[in-house]
Amino acid sequence: MESVEIERMIREAIPDADVEITDLAGDGDHYAARVVSETFRGQPRVRQHQRVYAALGGRMGGVLHALQLTTATPD
Amino acid sequence: MTDDDVNARISQAVNAADVLLFMKGTPLFPQCGFSSRAIAILDHLGVEYATIDVLQDAGIRQGIKAFSDWPTIPQLYVKGDFVGGSDIMMEMYETGELAELLEEKGVTTA
Repeated sequence: MESVEIERMIREAIPDADVEITDLAGDGDHYAARVVSETFRGQPRVRQHQRVYAALGGRMGGVLHALQLTTATPD
Repeated sequence: MTDDDVNARISQAVNAADVLLFMKGTPLFPQCGFSSRAIAILDHLGVEYATIDVLQDAGIRQGIKAFSDWPTIPQLYVKGDFVGGSDIMMEMYETGELAELLEEKGVTTA
């Protein structure tokens, strides 16, 4: 899965999100994503991650085996 | 086995152990880097934990994803509550929140 595609799907579901994708292994299969959104404020971490996984529409754990995810609210 | 049976087994398992990790492989032989990382964190915290190897049970492997609304393995439960996967475990370990959570829930660490 292309990193631009991951970024696009997350932005579509969480429009204000600042998304930073790093290709960890250079193989298009192991990514790290950092997603920063004001809409995460007050939500537990599990919920924040669930929203990002939902944005990826079932790809997580399937075609996307390795996505290290960090979520945060803007400083 | 029906989905209800799987859910009942998962529910029973998460309530039977104070700290339970659903993982791929065993603590000695983790079959995935993320599971390996989760075990390393629990070992560092010096907490007693139980594990379930989802590779040995296809029903649980699929069922736990729906049960927790979480798409990946490993998954950590403390006193019956879902805490998160390996990224959240790592973040909470680094900030000290995981040790705090265990203490709050009355789980003793070394």
